[in-house]
Order: sequence, then structure tokens, then C-alpha cells
Amino acid sequence: MNIDRRWIYLLVGICVIIPLIRPIGLPTFTTPYTQALFDYIDKIPSDGPAVLISFDFDPSTAPELLPMAQAILRHCFFKDINVLCLGLYPTYIGMIDMALSNVKDDYGAKSGEDFVFLPYVPGVTAVMLSIGEDIKRTFGRDYYGVSLDSLPMMRHIRNYDDVALVVSISASALPQSWAVLVGTSYHVKIGVGTTAVSAAEYYSWLQTGQFVGMLGGLKGAAEYEDLIEASGYTKKGTRKIAAMGMDAQSFVHILMIVLIIIGNIAYFNLSKKTR
Amino acid sequence: MSSNPWVWFAAFLTLCTFSFLWRDNPFYKFAEHLFVGVSVGYTISILYHNSFMPRVWEPIVTNHQYYVLLPTLLGLFAFAIFFKKISWLIRYPIAFIMGSTCGISIPRSFEGYIFKHMQGTITAVSPGLPPFLLISNIIMVIGVITTLLYFYFSLEHKGVMGKVANVGIWYIMLAFGASFGYTVMARVSLLIGRLQFLLHDWLGVIK
Repeated sequence: MNIDRRWIYLLVGICVIIPLIRPIGLPTFTTPYTQALFDYIDKIPSDGPAVLISFDFDPSTAPELLPMAQAILRHCFFKDINVLCLGLYPTYIGMIDMALSNVKDDYGAKSGEDFVFLPYVPGVTAVMLSIGEDIKRTFGRDYYGVSLDSLPMMRHIRNYDDVALVVSISASALPQSWAVLVGTSYHVKIGVGTTAVSAAEYYSWLQTGQFVGMLGGLKGAAEYEDLIEASGYTKKGTRKIAAMGMDAQSFVHILMIVLIIIGNIAYFNLSKKTR
Repeated sequence: MSSNPWVWFAAFLTLCTFSFLWRDNPFYKFAEHLFVGVSVGYTISILYHNSFMPRVWEPIVTNHQYYVLLPTLLGLFAFAIFFKKISWLIRYPIAFIMGSTCGISIPRSFEGYIFKHMQGTITAVSPGLPPFLLISNIIMVIGVITTLLYFYFSLEHKGVMGKVANVGIWYIMLAFGASFGYTVMARVSLLIGRLQFLLHDWLGVIK
């Protein structure tokens, strides 16, 4: 019961490092909500209505959320689905730049033709609702300073009527805001990519149909990477960052279960002795 | 091994932060203070270039749209909190934000948070569902009712009410357990991400 916690830190570190260096390849399976989001995006016609990806996360949660954002971008770019990239807070903009830099060259995706990187505009709620009126009036230019009126992709995209799906990749409660403010008012379909901490509370939103699908944590990202690879949407040799971490994830979870069992046995033994 | 000095600096800062696991030390403090300073500086820079210049300076100075002065003044009132004699001015921007946010959010929140979820619970148990899903939904509806009754304090939790509330407690404990498990997964994922950076981007040990 009085074990120094630094021994546990060391055990956790070993359980993560060894599977990363020597992968085992433990099997994974796709959960229904990840499959639902994949199927929804897969059915969107190419060069038609856009997918609006709201990058609602910053570097602190990038290990979980950046892989899923990149996987969705790969899916959209392969299928020639127009993508609008949006960041609602200043620190989220760098994540969009990172994701696009890592993915666009593999598909020859061009700004203004295949995707539009929207700049930061303050006022989270106001931005969400203003997009419903007119995207061009809300932002004016893209992140690179080019007028939205001059971009070929924006010729047919005016507001949510021209958006097939909003995907909120978030570490906070912003997916709920998307569903409540935008899904309710404009009847746009909402998909979610979220950290594992928040995933548990979104199952009720999936059950009501307010979200069409959900990627939960690193596992959700790994599942989506596997799905796009199995469908042939990725180049050979594309690094599956999330899938690589699943062996380590499994090892640490087993360690946690063993430690909890040992802790409970020690606790009940101690209770018996003190009585 | 990486030859990029910024990758080496990022690896150094990562190890400084991890050093806290041993004990608090000057390296950790340095990394923590640097992070806070850079975050604030970055945010100010983004706000200046993407918010102040295109939304305030250019409309007023370049385009002579002087009506923009009104919302600018309202925003400046927020800084009145730092001056005791005029600190009452902050009530105006607060009132505007509160009023507009309530007007936008309340009706939509009723539909999104309450009515939709009530509808989902009521229609969860319906004929025609596959047997496994039907049993699962019945368990879910029992959980909703018993958990709500646990938080109903106008009746004493004795007798039948006590037993029902007890069932609600079990559901709450199960939910906490699921949430804890997910939280462990999230924190481990962040550790995996950092170690992937150290082993792949910095040391080049893994592909």
C-alpha cells in the first residue's frame, strides 16, 4: 500500500516504450460508431457539398486528435470531397496547418480547389451561427489572405445548405455546441472526433441521432486509419500513428487492471487485520 | 537521430517536463514558465493579426466605417475593471454578452439538451428492435429513471423509494467506472504521443 509511485511510473513507461520499439500487432476491430462516421463521409459525392472540419483542439490533446483529423482529411482528399477547415480559438489554427502540411501533398490537394483553410475569427457562437447565413461574409479571406470570392471551391458553397457534414474534432464540449446551435437550427449532420475523456458522455447524443458517428480517443483514430487503409484510400507506406500506439495502450490497460486488483486485495487484507 | 535543432529543443523540453515525475526541479520550472509565456505571446499575436487589425483597425482607419467604434468602445469598457473609479463600466459589455448568449442559447439548449434526449429515451423501447438492442435499451431506460429518482429529494429514500434510489446509485457508480477507464485511456494516449515523438522524430529508433 505504501509503494513509491515512481515505481508505477517506471512500469507504465516500460509498458509504453517496449511495444513501440517492438510492435506485437495485437488485433483491433472497428466499433459501430466509427464505421457509421466512415460510411457517412464515404457516401458524400465528390466535388459537391463540403465537409466542414472544425479543429477544436490544441497541442495538448494533439496525440489523440491530430491522427483522426489527418485520417478524415485523407478520406476526403482521396474521394475528392471539398473540405473547409475551421479553428474557433487562436491556438487551434496551428493544428490545421500541421494536419494539412502532413496530408495534402500525398493527394495533390490544393488550397482553394480541394480545401479552404478559414482564418481565425473571434466569437465562437457568433461564428457558428454566422456561417449559417454566409461563409464569405463571416471570413472574407482564407488563412493565406486570398479573398474567398476568388476561390474556385467557394463558388458553390455559401452556407450550411452546401455543407454535407460538420465534423467537430474536439477535446472540449464544443461538439455539443455544434449539435445544439447548428444541428438544431440548420439541420446539418454533425460527426464527432473526441478525446477518450469526453467519449463516454457522447453515447447518449449518438443514440438520439444528434451525432452521426464518433471517433473516441486514440482507438477511434486507429480504427479510422485501418478503415481508410483497408479501403485503399492511403498511399503505401503511410504512417498509421494512432494504430502504432494501440499495442502500448493495451499493455498499459492490462497493467492498470493488475494494479487495481492488487490494490483491492491489499486494501481488504488490511481492513481484515485492523478489525 | 534528428539534425533539426528545434526537434532537439522540443525533446529537451519534453524531458524537462517529465523530470517532474522524479520531483520538482528547476528544469521543470523552466519548461513550465516557457510554455506559459509562449502560449500568451502566440495568442496575442494571433488576436492582433486576425482579430484587431481586420475587425477594428482596418474598418475604422482604412475603410472609414466609424460605426465599428461602438462595439469597440463596448469592448474597451471591459478594461475598466482595472480602474476602481470607472470599474462599473464593465457591466455594459457583460450585460450585452449575457443577454445575447442567453437569447441565442436558451431555446436551442432546450431542444438540444432536454427535448431530444427525452425523445431518445421515450422512443428507445419500441417493438421491432433486434432483441439484444431492445434489452440494452430497457436497461438504459431503467438507469435513467432510477438515477433521476436518486436525485429526487422531496421524498425520503426509504422503503420502495430507497431500493429504487439504490439501483440508481449502482448505475451512477458504473458510469463513473466507465468514465475513469476512458480517462486512463486518454492520459496514456498523451504519453504514447510524447514517447512516439521522442523515439521517432528525435532518436529515430522507431519508424
